[in-house]
Amino acid sequence: MLVRPSVWQRVVWFLLAAMTLFTLVVLFFIIGFITSKGAHVITPEFLFGLPERMGKEGGILPTIIATIWISVLAIVIATPIGVGSAVYLCEYTRESALTRVIRFGADALAGVPSIIFGLFGFILFVVQFRMGWSLLAGGLTLTFMILPTIIRTSEEAIRAVPYNLREVSYSLGGAKSQTIARVVLPNALPGILTGVILGMGRSVAETAATIFTAGSSLLIPRSLFDPARTMAVHFYILAREGLSMERAYGTALMLIVSILLINVVAYSLMFRLTKKMR
Amino acid sequence: MAAKLSIRQLAVAVNKRLILRGVDLDVEANTIVSVIGPAHSGKTTLLRVINRLIETQRELLRSGDVLLDGTEVRRLDIDVLRRRVGLIFATPIPLPGTIFDNVAYGPRLKARLRRPRIADLVEQSLRSAALWDEVKDRLHTSALRLSGGQQQRLCIARTIAVNPEVIMLDEPTSGLDPISTAQVENTMRELKHRFTWVLVTNNVKQAARVSDRVAFFLSGELVEEGEAAQLFTTPRDKRTDDYVSGRIG
Repeated sequence: MLVRPSVWQRVVWFLLAAMTLFTLVVLFFIIGFITSKGAHVITPEFLFGLPERMGKEGGILPTIIATIWISVLAIVIATPIGVGSAVYLCEYTRESALTRVIRFGADALAGVPSIIFGLFGFILFVVQFRMGWSLLAGGLTLTFMILPTIIRTSEEAIRAVPYNLREVSYSLGGAKSQTIARVVLPNALPGILTGVILGMGRSVAETAATIFTAGSSLLIPRSLFDPARTMAVHFYILAREGLSMERAYGTALMLIVSILLINVVAYSLMFRLTKKMR
Repeated sequence: MAAKLSIRQLAVAVNKRLILRGVDLDVEANTIVSVIGPAHSGKTTLLRVINRLIETQRELLRSGDVLLDGTEVRRLDIDVLRRRVGLIFATPIPLPGTIFDNVAYGPRLKARLRRPRIADLVEQSLRSAALWDEVKDRLHTSALRLSGGQQQRLCIARTIAVNPEVIMLDEPTSGLDPISTAQVENTMRELKHRFTWVLVTNNVKQAARVSDRVAFFLSGELVEEGEAAQLFTTPRDKRTDDYVSGRIG
């Protein structure tokens, strides 16, 4: 029996709307649950205070500082390397066995569980390079972890820039490097930034890789060579050791808020940067 | 007087397919030369060989000479060549950005110019392309918001801004309405004293309206070249006659 197109249309609409709704409900349930459990512990003392009795009391300031340092370190190192690799792959090589191997390697690396990166970072940076548990070792490990994501998203973004824009630049006398700097990268910026935000989110939320490489010290790190505990690790330890569930939820809430903040700031930045281009 | 552009026995193959087969063509300075012919006759390839955009192709074979003022284009610096020989594409392609930035793109590639100097150049170029009056109050808004005809004139202004000697147009009005088409044609006529124009067009009537000389291409061969009036009224070759009278094409 043939279903009437108008009926079919309604069925499809309903199914798609239901799927979208499902995603939103799950998202808001998680955020709502954590907020309801954790909101009441968030006070100025919690945010700006030092932890006492292993985190059972006091604040989470050192973990906030550690999270910022490690993520910023990872992003600042990974972004230029990642975008540079993507430009090289897209603009300076012809499609060949080598580029396919590089791309396959990046994809494979993006799928490696973070605890493997943690172990790798521990052996290489902490032990071999004698960095010890430190912000630097943690940041470098996360750099490796988010690099493939940044390379691949930047590559997609660069490839999506229409070829004829490059030809316009060439035909006005633009050199290849000028064309990349003035036409390709500005137009790929939104896509590149998406990759960077994704990487930032991953590094802020990372536990396994940082616990192995940055340690779990609760002191405020004074230099890049000091060990430190990120918010995600703090949350894990609070919950795992049964120290304080409500403080664990409070930390979790701060994690969610910080990721939200990163997104809002990044996208408004992007909006301002690309305003003239629309 | 030697020709501005001189093409001698030019043959081009891309990916082992012969696209141009021994073309000889002279383009005198300050004239409008139209290149007509059906699809796949090698017209676009000809333009891209002249400004060497074709060189991004992987398997490219080229023999013969393309001379600009007597110098083989392959011996010129590629950016110098492309400043001297501009190219306008079939679909208007504004760079994402403001109208001002589009016109200033070429000049800014070459040198750090002072703001008033650039503003001056932008105004002159837009005036030359007969677009100034329409956009002078919104120079700093996006070029993508202009109409198709305005965008194409913007592209012409952008090319004029680098002060080329030759401007090549690849079916520049194929997507435009008659009024916009007439504006583009007028611009060409009015600026004949400043530039040499090479116009590739599918539109025989357009070629008849604007050109001094016309070259008819078919399957990569230059079938016939001559003064517009002569070629359209008394073509020497049967195939030219068939094409201009609409029997093939």
